[in-house]
Amino acid sequence: MDIEKRIQELRDRLKYILDIFGPDENTNVIMLEAKLGEYVAREPGLPKQEAVRQLETLEELFRFLEKKLERELTPMNKVRIVRHPQRICLKDILENVYDNYTEIGGQDDYSIDPSMLIARAYITRRQGKKVHNQAVMVIGQEKGHGQEFRNGGSVKPWGNAKALHYMKVAETENIPIHTYIFTPGSYPIEDYPGAAQQIAKNLYEMAGLKVPIVAVISEGGSGGAEAIGLADTRIMMSHGYYSVISPEGAAAIEGRLRGGQRAEPKLIEHCAKQLKMTADDNRAMGFVDWKINEPELGARPEHYDFFRKLRKSVISSTDEIVLNVRGMRLFRSLALRRHKGADVYVRWSLDSRAKERLLWTRYVKFRRMAQDAYLDKRHWFSRGSEWTGEFFSSLYSYFRYDLFGKQHKKVTELAEDMHAEMQVVVGRSTRYWKNIMSKLSFGTAKKDVDKAGLTSLSAWDDGAQNSGKWQYVSPQAKSDRAVVCPNTAVHGCLDQWAPDLFGEWAGVCSFCGHHFPMEYQWYLHNIFDPGSIYEVFSEIESTNPLKFDGFDLKLDEAKRKTGHKCGCMTFEARIEGTSVMVAMFMGAFRGGSVGAAEGEKFMRAMERARKKQLPFLSYVHGTAGIRIQEGVNGVIQMPRCTMAVRRYTEAGGLYLVLYDTNSYAGPVASFLGCSPYQFAVRSANIGFAGPGVIKETTGMDIPPNYHNAYQALSRGHIQGIWDRREIRGNLVQSLQTMGGRNLYYR
Amino acid sequence: MIDVKELLRELREEPYEKISIRAPHSGKVEFVAKEPGVRVVGPSGTWKEVPGTLLVRMERENVKKPLYAPQKGEVMSLGEVANGQFVQAGQELMTIRHYLTREEVIARIMRRSLSLFLAPEKGKYYFFPDVDIKVKTKGSQSVHIEDGMELFILSRMKRETSIRYSGPAGIIYAVYFETNDSVDRDSPLIGVCPEDQLGQIQEVVSRVQSDWEERD
Repeated sequence: MDIEKRIQELRDRLKYILDIFGPDENTNVIMLEAKLGEYVAREPGLPKQEAVRQLETLEELFRFLEKKLERELTPMNKVRIVRHPQRICLKDILENVYDNYTEIGGQDDYSIDPSMLIARAYITRRQGKKVHNQAVMVIGQEKGHGQEFRNGGSVKPWGNAKALHYMKVAETENIPIHTYIFTPGSYPIEDYPGAAQQIAKNLYEMAGLKVPIVAVISEGGSGGAEAIGLADTRIMMSHGYYSVISPEGAAAIEGRLRGGQRAEPKLIEHCAKQLKMTADDNRAMGFVDWKINEPELGARPEHYDFFRKLRKSVISSTDEIVLNVRGMRLFRSLALRRHKGADVYVRWSLDSRAKERLLWTRYVKFRRMAQDAYLDKRHWFSRGSEWTGEFFSSLYSYFRYDLFGKQHKKVTELAEDMHAEMQVVVGRSTRYWKNIMSKLSFGTAKKDVDKAGLTSLSAWDDGAQNSGKWQYVSPQAKSDRAVVCPNTAVHGCLDQWAPDLFGEWAGVCSFCGHHFPMEYQWYLHNIFDPGSIYEVFSEIESTNPLKFDGFDLKLDEAKRKTGHKCGCMTFEARIEGTSVMVAMFMGAFRGGSVGAAEGEKFMRAMERARKKQLPFLSYVHGTAGIRIQEGVNGVIQMPRCTMAVRRYTEAGGLYLVLYDTNSYAGPVASFLGCSPYQFAVRSANIGFAGPGVIKETTGMDIPPNYHNAYQALSRGHIQGIWDRREIRGNLVQSLQTMGGRNLYYR
Repeated sequence: MIDVKELLRELREEPYEKISIRAPHSGKVEFVAKEPGVRVVGPSGTWKEVPGTLLVRMERENVKKPLYAPQKGEVMSLGEVANGQFVQAGQELMTIRHYLTREEVIARIMRRSLSLFLAPEKGKYYFFPDVDIKVKTKGSQSVHIEDGMELFILSRMKRETSIRYSGPAGIIYAVYFETNDSVDRDSPLIGVCPEDQLGQIQEVVSRVQSDWEERD
């Protein structure tokens, strides 16, 4: 019986190895299979002692070859390890890492989203004779060893909302948060609160959570991982992956596959290597703070030593975070620095000053990431002059708007009050005096009132659309052809002549109002005051940090075609005399995808706007999401830029987002989607994942207008839809009526 | 009183519907489906968002506009238009032959043999409570109705009015509306069949269900 059990265990181990190495031909795996098969065939005819002896030899062979196979693991093998039903899951961690826990926010399939698990956990620590129970909020995706209702750890928007809710609870209770990331990606649906918008909310709130956050990454799938991954310390399991996209997704994009075609296994394997998604890669690039080693071929629920190691890691990480921002820490910090998991005791609650320091430390940590993933070829002199310029701008802002401005405001308010008081006193006698004067006909004659203007119906203000005279005319207007509106079948629009449509009518169908896409130059010249655009940070250049095959050529082509060095143009401009900082994402440059250079420019622009007290406009002429060829260098822009947005917004700025054409994925799920003032140009599409990806990942058919701006409006993702010809007027209105108090013109 | 069997015989002789494809506007014609016998499909997808087979491209003012097949079937004949010829709006370009499915045959028989009662105005329709109980317990065919009988309640914006049935007496053979769904004006609500014809219609329908051969 004992032999039977041991044989079954070997069979399970072999099955696991076969699952991990998948279709790959591997001599060691073939050998194990053969040896086990031979032994099973031989065993009934052997005397018991001999059978046990041979079994021990076979087990030894298994141990030896597992060690050998461990060294041969490719990134794709690691992806298979992480996806395996035997992979440890959050419930295993709660059972083995924490001393006590209570699941909250639902239980098993009785939960708003069973793929997001929240638990109030305790860690018991002994200090001398004293026992301390330290409370922690544990949040993470739960795959549950293949439980169907967990949805494979793919969290729905309301699951991420639940996670955020309990993060805020942890902040209220002043206890640390441990997040465990076990997700292949977020579930891509737009139902309220919306996949993208909820991740953006999570990032925005996590950027300002005043408690220590430790994130442990096992399976870090892009946006889903970021939804709970913005942390002070990020630990990664050695066999995990953290990536912008699944290898299959990358292969589908690289192989230009459409309509659910399957990519070649070789191409998938190649993409997995190229994406640099393993723990060692991410550690080397600085996206995780340290790697925690797992047993051979990945941690499974019976590896208790690994759980002990993980427990030490999360405890010492939390200790370190707290000690870094607390007052008395000298010897404990030293001990922790010398030896991870040193036996020290740290109380995990923070006072208000430590909380402020914690936020600043978190901001700086993310600010420093991905600094090698873009090019900045400027001479040290121009960098110095830029720094000096910004320093003087902030100094000017301080004196002009803070120091002098505050005094000026006080004087103005006092004058207003005095004037109002005088009005009460003088008003009555003045009215009496005016009456007398008018009766004696000394008063001025009444002005003629424009009765027609007051009593007739209002007409379309011709000035709003410049009588069709635009500063810039699209090259599309130069072709002698008719254009068919896509809504012809519905609204019966007639064909329109291109010179009219793209010239005078600004690309707007004169029958149904459909907005045909226009070049970004149209907006540059027709929205901002002529000659007021002053580009900044134009030297920052996109590059190929992961040395992705063939990407250099594609980048060069994009640079040549657009004349820009990356997909984001940052500039200062004026609208009706009001200065605005603008970040424009250009659809023409690699689909407007966001990589390290774009993120860096966006952040710098945000910081500049904060220093100069300018309102900030993100004009998204189009974005396809995060640039997959830059891997995590792109994904990390989601938390980085969102932190910059939060810092700017909290300083009292105005952050406006205007979507045009198509805006999808990472940027919408972070620094764009977190704005309280998001608008869309008519006929734009906004969403988390395109129809193809939704079909592939959820199996659902989605209606053709699923991502349409009006749908986004009805879901509450945006605040309004603007006609292209009215953008300038609407921006003027927004600048006057929205945003905080810390704008130079207020 | 119509002869249902005669109608069925007619359908068997010509088991298809002819769809004439005409030029929606003037322009130069470029045929994609070039000869008779080419199989075509209609719009597909959950929301009919995937267009059918491309039949013709029409060029006008330097823009080529596609013309897709509206139904599944095969090209029966091409019109008297040469490839590349300039045509006027409304000119016939080709005829498509769509073979009728079982459901379409039954629907045709119903349309011809039943007397339809149309919705007098837009709104939600409900049967009168006593009729409703009969429909739910014994099926609609157990309900005998006569001209002038109060049959429906029309509900729109909290205004409820009773609607009297007008038409030949008989039983309710088919119900075309759902409770709580808004029905447009002039949409059929019920199909009424004289009681003496019920057996005949049922027989024909069951024969169509079992015998009708569906062709691609």
